[in-house]
Amino acid sequence: MEILNSKKIRFLENTACLLRQDVIEMILNAGSGHPAGSLAMADIFSALYFYILKHNPKNPDWPERDRLVLSNGHICPVQYAALARAGYFPVEELKTLRKLNSRLQGHPHRKALPGIETSSGPLGEGLSQAVGMALAARLDSAVNSPRAKYQVYCVMSDAEHDCGNTWEAIMLAGKYKLGNLTAIIDRNNIQSDGFTEDIMPLESLREKYEAFNWHVLEMDGHNIEEFIGAANEARAIFEKPTVIIAHTIAGKGVDFMEFDYHWHASPLNKKQAEEALKEIKTLKGKIEETD
Amino acid sequence: MEKLSDKIFMEDIEQRATRDGFGEGLLKLGEENENVVGLSADVSNSCRMNFFAEKFPKRFFQVGVAEQNLVGVAAGLAVSGKIPFTATYSVFSPGRTLEQIRTAIAYNDANVKIAGHHAGLLTGFDGATHQALEDIAIMRTIPNMKVVVPADAIEARKATIFSAKINGPVYLRFAREKTPVFTSEETPFTIGKAEIFWQSLAGGKKPEVLIIGCGPVLYNALLAAKELEKEKIGVIVLNSHTVKPLDENKIIELVKKCGAVVSVEEHNILGGLGGAIAELLAKNYPVPMEFIGTKDVFGESAAPKDLFKKYGLEPKDIINAVKKVIKRKK
Repeated sequence: MEILNSKKIRFLENTACLLRQDVIEMILNAGSGHPAGSLAMADIFSALYFYILKHNPKNPDWPERDRLVLSNGHICPVQYAALARAGYFPVEELKTLRKLNSRLQGHPHRKALPGIETSSGPLGEGLSQAVGMALAARLDSAVNSPRAKYQVYCVMSDAEHDCGNTWEAIMLAGKYKLGNLTAIIDRNNIQSDGFTEDIMPLESLREKYEAFNWHVLEMDGHNIEEFIGAANEARAIFEKPTVIIAHTIAGKGVDFMEFDYHWHASPLNKKQAEEALKEIKTLKGKIEETD
Repeated sequence: MEKLSDKIFMEDIEQRATRDGFGEGLLKLGEENENVVGLSADVSNSCRMNFFAEKFPKRFFQVGVAEQNLVGVAAGLAVSGKIPFTATYSVFSPGRTLEQIRTAIAYNDANVKIAGHHAGLLTGFDGATHQALEDIAIMRTIPNMKVVVPADAIEARKATIFSAKINGPVYLRFAREKTPVFTSEETPFTIGKAEIFWQSLAGGKKPEVLIIGCGPVLYNALLAAKELEKEKIGVIVLNSHTVKPLDENKIIELVKKCGAVVSVEEHNILGGLGGAIAELLAKNYPVPMEFIGTKDVFGESAAPKDLFKKYGLEPKDIINAVKKVIKRKK
């Protein structure tokens, strides 16, 4: 693994900034989409695709690659942006999101685009598939090898913990002690109809996961260095699956979108997009806009 | 006919459940291919996955009473190069798991074989909650999905083994109750290819009706054909074990010869094998058609034979349908 120095961290932060701009432009262009979660997870997607994941954009089907399952498929704009910026397909293609004949479906389709491990969108079923992949990795690992061939990451929303299917998968991962499985929860506290704790209280998520025999880590989902540390710890934990509860701000990076559940699935108009892009590029006025 | 069981209409014909054929087939597959894995939702014994589980414990995953997870985990294994077979009752999967099957298996074109057990009225005493009568209809409307309904234990074993040769989703439907084993090792079986099981000219006339069936109830169609022959009514009985994709050319060719159709299935007459055939014929070669199956109602608790009588799946019901459809021919 590459050395993580301050230069690399700055690169990852800048990349996150770039992903946020891509997200705003894609959703503006498409006229629909889910901006809040996509912006919330930009830092984590930068860290995943540009530091943590063992992958090869030129060989997307490399058998030993780490798997990334995006369970909450509606935040695919940030994944598409990360895949394009990592070199899976031309950045230019991001403009085709949600357009006829595009490979960039409104919710990701495994058969359409390289780098997509599974089709997703309907909530609550990504972790099950990640469990299946982690079991397969274990079956394929060398006899008597303590380590599975690859790590499986499953990005999930907090709200999809309303789904019974999610808990079925959590229980099974605990049963099989899937040390090669890392779940990452975007704990942004919002969902379609409101705040998670009003719609269906989830807390204490930590204690729930611990009770299901998982190792639990919590961190600031916008602190890239902290997140990488958590992901490294998760890889090191051998005897059980790990969940990283990443505390994020919905709509992160754009003042008028932050913390507001109305932006879960609302596209921006042109004026809002311009304002959002300016805020992202200047880190809310802290630095001068460069282009 | 000569390739069916020697004991086909005898009293002492062997009786075995199609689920037993599944268990044998899966065990054989496990021996032949190390990528084959099995998953069950707390019903591995009654689905006959226990033989595989005992022989290959590392390749068997017990998920508990969690059918949605069963489907999702299987999809994850499949996109990672495994050939998973899921086993639970049809009322639960596809019954409970339609959306997971749709997205995680079919849309992904994941190589999962979905074994739906305890399907149909043959589930008997457990009653309507456990008698899947809509699963064929549900599954055949999902893109990428193939649907296979074996007629007896031997065919069930062949279908299970054959399904692993197909790279993509397959739904296999099995029954709980013992039923006559009327095919043999020599009976041809290919997924997607219908086979003629009976052809009677009944005294030199050409066959008047094409009976197309699937599943164990096909045996009743053969019993009906035999009775009809005594009355000098010639019919062809076609085993359409693959409901999707239908063997369209074979069916159209035989329909042109017979001019009328009776479909026979242990399933709601809406949307199942009969529905699939009606769609095919409406577009290509419309002829009078009658449908044998449950008439858009739930089942109930009783012995399978009593249920077959009450819900109209006996040979006499098929005979009546044949006579009725002949009258409708111009």
